[in-house]
Amino acid sequence: MRYIAWQMLTGDRAKYLGLIFAIAFSTFLMSHQVSIFCGLMNRTSSQIDDVEDANLWIMDAKTQYLDEVKALPDQDLYRIRGVEGVQWAVPLFKGSSRVRGQDGKFRGVILMGLDDASLVGLPRSVRLGDPRRLQDPETMAIDETGYRFFFPGEPYTLGRTLDLNDHTLRIVAIINSSAPFVNLPVVYTRYTQARELVGRERNQLSFILARPAPGVTDAEAIRRITERTGLKALTANAFGWETIWYYIQNTGIPINFGITVVIALVVGTVVAGQTFYLFTVENLKQFGALKAIGVSDGRIVGMILMQAVIVGAIGYGLGIAMTAGFFLATGDNLDLRGFRMLPEIMLGTAAAVFLIVFMASAVSVRRVIVLEPAVVFRG
Amino acid sequence: MNPMAVQCRDLHKTFGVGEDAVKVLRGVDFTVPRGEMTFLVGPSGCGKTTLLSVIAGLLNPTGGDLEVLGVPLASLRGGTAVEFRRKNLGFVFQQFNLLPALTAAENAAVPLLAAGWKRKAAVEKAESVLADLGLASRCRAMPNQLSGGQQQRVAFARALIHEPHLIVCDEPTSALDAETGHHVMELLRQAAVRPERAVLVVTHDSRIFPFADRIAHMNDGRVEKIETQSGGPTC
Ligand SMILES: Nc1ncnc2c1ncn2[C@@H]1O[C@H](COP(=O)(O)OP(=O)(O)OP(=O)(O)O)[C@@H](O)[C@H]1O
Ligand SMILES: [Mg+2]
Repeated sequence: MRYIAWQMLTGDRAKYLGLIFAIAFSTFLMSHQVSIFCGLMNRTSSQIDDVEDANLWIMDAKTQYLDEVKALPDQDLYRIRGVEGVQWAVPLFKGSSRVRGQDGKFRGVILMGLDDASLVGLPRSVRLGDPRRLQDPETMAIDETGYRFFFPGEPYTLGRTLDLNDHTLRIVAIINSSAPFVNLPVVYTRYTQARELVGRERNQLSFILARPAPGVTDAEAIRRITERTGLKALTANAFGWETIWYYIQNTGIPINFGITVVIALVVGTVVAGQTFYLFTVENLKQFGALKAIGVSDGRIVGMILMQAVIVGAIGYGLGIAMTAGFFLATGDNLDLRGFRMLPEIMLGTAAAVFLIVFMASAVSVRRVIVLEPAVVFRG
Repeated sequence: MNPMAVQCRDLHKTFGVGEDAVKVLRGVDFTVPRGEMTFLVGPSGCGKTTLLSVIAGLLNPTGGDLEVLGVPLASLRGGTAVEFRRKNLGFVFQQFNLLPALTAAENAAVPLLAAGWKRKAAVEKAESVLADLGLASRCRAMPNQLSGGQQQRVAFARALIHEPHLIVCDEPTSALDAETGHHVMELLRQAAVRPERAVLVVTHDSRIFPFADRIAHMNDGRVEKIETQSGGPTC
């Protein structure tokens, strides 16, 4: 009977391929779009995740997310250092600047100013060079995207210079940093260097990075900091999520991706479900003949479910392979850094696909069960 | 063994209820003996197909008694009724109803596959049955590569392969031209009629009447008379 089910399914090549294509297509659409969405959302907080040394982010109570900062006065740093249970606290500058490349091209960059002594806030993954050299005057580190933008096609070498706001800085390290949400190069310098570059504004302390003393929990340190200073303190994880939520609530991104995913689901259900249902309905007479001959309802249900599972599994496999292929092919593209298919997305898509297929086969099964085998004698 | 394969007493079948009720069988008294080919004939709409479906267990009668191969069909429920059909009945349909995705031999093997046979053994048996019906060279053909007469012979093989004790055929020749119809009936007689087996054929194709051992005439929901062709079939 399994053989018969398989032959029935594959006998009509066009319909069989149509079914598989429909499922593969909606699998691809769903998994691809959800992956891009998660990648984008991940990017919004990637710079927070890159700071691995500090547990706590402290900021003005009005700062809502990473990319829009109300700066603090410098003395807040000393107030935080004075809070009992804080082991250390360092400043972090986050702003923007413009870099003029050797060929005169300008490009906006994200400028990160790191604590002069500790360099806390620098991603740990260094592609080339020694980040400690940042302590030398007039130096900078740049991420790979930035290097490739300003020196396209050239091998990574240290010692080259770039102009930031009329200061010429020497590159002492190339950093492998996560892609930020706005796809701009990231430049790292010492905190004092960064302040010199930007000048003018009075308050330039974007964030304070801190770590609780041994034995003090993050939560306890946060409670004490807010109590003592009125500043907002969050764990890196919480701040990351707060930033992600800010983007989810304040941009059209989730809605647009949500719409695509819903369309993929609907197209999948309608096209795949409908095709599968029609496939069964067109074979109704054959199922009727089998019922008359003495094949039980249970076995016919088994045949239909088997057909559904085959179509679902092949279609899903193809669709997921297409998505995986996409991310493999674009893996080297720096603009698409950070986009990948998470196992959760594969599982979720599988669940959605099998839901579609089982809904379609449930309707088909119903048609076959209520079918009177006596129809086989009607013309 | 009961010499009667089918015994109907005062059989009734009504479709629908209330005002829409259609009384199709109105007290059928009818027997089908083993070892013979019985034809059921009558004007269109008189209830032949309905009676055949009831006898084959595909429709439940609304009244009367029905025994098939010594078993009161009403006593069979769900799964056992299906199994009874699978083991004891062979079906031949007007439109052949072969599965288009299976070869001739695989189609003929369906009753064995349904009974759990391994495909290889079932197809081998089917090939030998097809050979008896003159289709040895067409075993691997798909139904759409076969003529109508060849398709009907594949359907015969499917009805015969599991050696059932009752074969029911509804208008087996009406989709075929006269010559082919004559030829397949000849084959059916040869291959199907056995001492322990009854063959019941519904038809209104009078050209094949000579193949019958007996002919039951049906009219308006009743079997009105049964004539025996003395000395057996006349061809
Ligand atoms: N499922 C059904 N519901 C309602 N009426 C039905 C049903 N099946 C058959 N009938 C009616 O029963 C009557 C007899 O039908 P049946 O098919 O048994 O006739 P028949 O003798 O086989 O005719 P033909 O020679 O044209 O095949 C017809 O009037 C038909 O409309
Ligand atoms: Mg009829």
